[in-house]
Amino acid sequence: MDTYSFLRQLADSWVLLAMFAFFFGVVLWAFRPGSRSMHDDISQAPFRNEDRPANDAEQLKGQDNG
Amino acid sequence: MLNYIKLILLGGVILFAALAANWAHDLAYQVHALLILAVGIFMFIRVLRQTDEPVVAVSADAAADYMDGPVRYGVIATALWGVVGFLVGTFIAFQLAFPVLNFDWAQPFGNFGRLRPLHTSAVIFAFGGNGLIATSFYIVQRTSAQRLWGGNLAWFVFWGYNLFIVLAATGYLLGATQSKEYAEPEWYVDIWLTIVWVAYLAVFLGTILTRKERHIYVANWFFLSFIVTIAMLHLVNNLSIPVSIWGSKSVQVFSGVQDAMTQWWYGHNAVGFFLTAGFLGMMYYFVPKQAGRPVYSYKLSIIHFWALIFLYIWAGPHHLHYTALPDWASTLGMVFSIVLWMPSWGGMINGLMTLQGAWDKLRTDPIIRLMVASLAFYGMSTFEGPMMSIRAVNSLSHYTDWTIGHVHSGALGWNGMITFAALYFLTPKLWGREKMYSVSAINTHFWLATIGIVLYASSMWVSGIMEGLMWREVDAQGFLVNSFADTVSAKFPMNVVRGLGGVLYLAGGLIMVWNMWMTIRGGVKVTAPVGVAAE
Repeated sequence: MDTYSFLRQLADSWVLLAMFAFFFGVVLWAFRPGSRSMHDDISQAPFRNEDRPANDAEQLKGQDNG
Repeated sequence: MLNYIKLILLGGVILFAALAANWAHDLAYQVHALLILAVGIFMFIRVLRQTDEPVVAVSADAAADYMDGPVRYGVIATALWGVVGFLVGTFIAFQLAFPVLNFDWAQPFGNFGRLRPLHTSAVIFAFGGNGLIATSFYIVQRTSAQRLWGGNLAWFVFWGYNLFIVLAATGYLLGATQSKEYAEPEWYVDIWLTIVWVAYLAVFLGTILTRKERHIYVANWFFLSFIVTIAMLHLVNNLSIPVSIWGSKSVQVFSGVQDAMTQWWYGHNAVGFFLTAGFLGMMYYFVPKQAGRPVYSYKLSIIHFWALIFLYIWAGPHHLHYTALPDWASTLGMVFSIVLWMPSWGGMINGLMTLQGAWDKLRTDPIIRLMVASLAFYGMSTFEGPMMSIRAVNSLSHYTDWTIGHVHSGALGWNGMITFAALYFLTPKLWGREKMYSVSAINTHFWLATIGIVLYASSMWVSGIMEGLMWREVDAQGFLVNSFADTVSAKFPMNVVRGLGGVLYLAGGLIMVWNMWMTIRGGVKVTAPVGVAAE
């Protein structure tokens, strides 16, 4: 089989399947149980540390429950 | 020690540029060689003056702060390049209405054909690109709780990127182009951009990898996909072999339909990853910040991200309906373009719903108004685009002004307005002012921009559909009724209205620059209370 036909066939079979599987995996992962508190925490990120970087002492503070 | 290496390298650059200026085969290459010679000498003297000088210790306090210098420069560059880009755009709009504006004395430099890529690159790469670099540097620091990685590398990214823009812009005027839409710069400019872009990726990724937040905020995902994908697109689409190392001309490696497909794979993903993913990064930070509430659904933003990047990359072939491209490929592009409608609207809804409970701010805060209008235009143009990618619709719309109108409702509406909102958000923050000098001027800007876009988009709809219908009109014998020149003269009124829309949009941009200038210079305008007697 020439390269074109091989790649063409690979692209619309296994690679297509792999990409769909990855995508649905991502979606399922986003909806996994217990993700809500993590998402609530990360969505607050723009409202922390507006003026200064976090110093090492308070690093990860408030994120332990995430 | 590092300074000595720098001096040797700069010396090499200066020598090469001097040789290149002498042996150049064409004007653009010669001017660029002289430009690089000047930059090289300037940098050489600068580095030389610092060499063997005692190093001034940076106080630990300053090093612990966010690095906002490049962001400030970027904000100013964004505003200035924006106005330049709008000005050139407005001028070439009038050139189309009044061809006499292709002045004889300015030929060949002031020709529409040379000014048009100057306009597109100025607004996309200079205005949009500087805006993206500045906001991504600002956002990645705040959401990673970490100073920019790589020290002065961020400064290199800013100045290097702007050198790229100057090289590209002067190159177009002087006739150096590889004739690929949105990828016009010639080979050596492409190589320079590659170097700058790798540095950009290093700064951004370095900051993310050393972050002090546990998770990577969604805006950074969008920015990262923008940086990585643009690198890939740029490298593949600019595969070319220079005719001579002393000239700007190069020959593409691909040819025929492969070249066309590569170009539109690049071209549409420039829209998808430069003008969409990057600006969505801005949206996912500035809209929550300005509304004072977190993004409506973080889960939706994750799905938005993955769906967008998985789908966009396949949409390019819809630019090549009814060409030598195989039907299956253009059908694939069409299908993915239509599926793309879903994540686009998911993202728009996510942005708009972030304002849930804060809708009253729409009345009082013109920055929120800019953001909402921007998201509305995002939704509109991501609805219009998939529709235009359908083969039957495309047979009417392709090569007409409808396409131009579509691009501008996205670029002026979505990209322009979200960038204006970001600039209005950043300017007071970066220069330590309480708020913008004049809030009512933001409001004026908003209305000028909105009316400008409406004039632009509606005139181009009328003009484009008219063109499409005139081109396909046949008489009873099956002969075409209209010549091309007939459509050109029929478009005249719409071209004038389009130019006027551009004037309004440009006026809004000028008001913004004035407002930013006054804010940076200091203070908020004091409104004297009416009816209070002087003491």
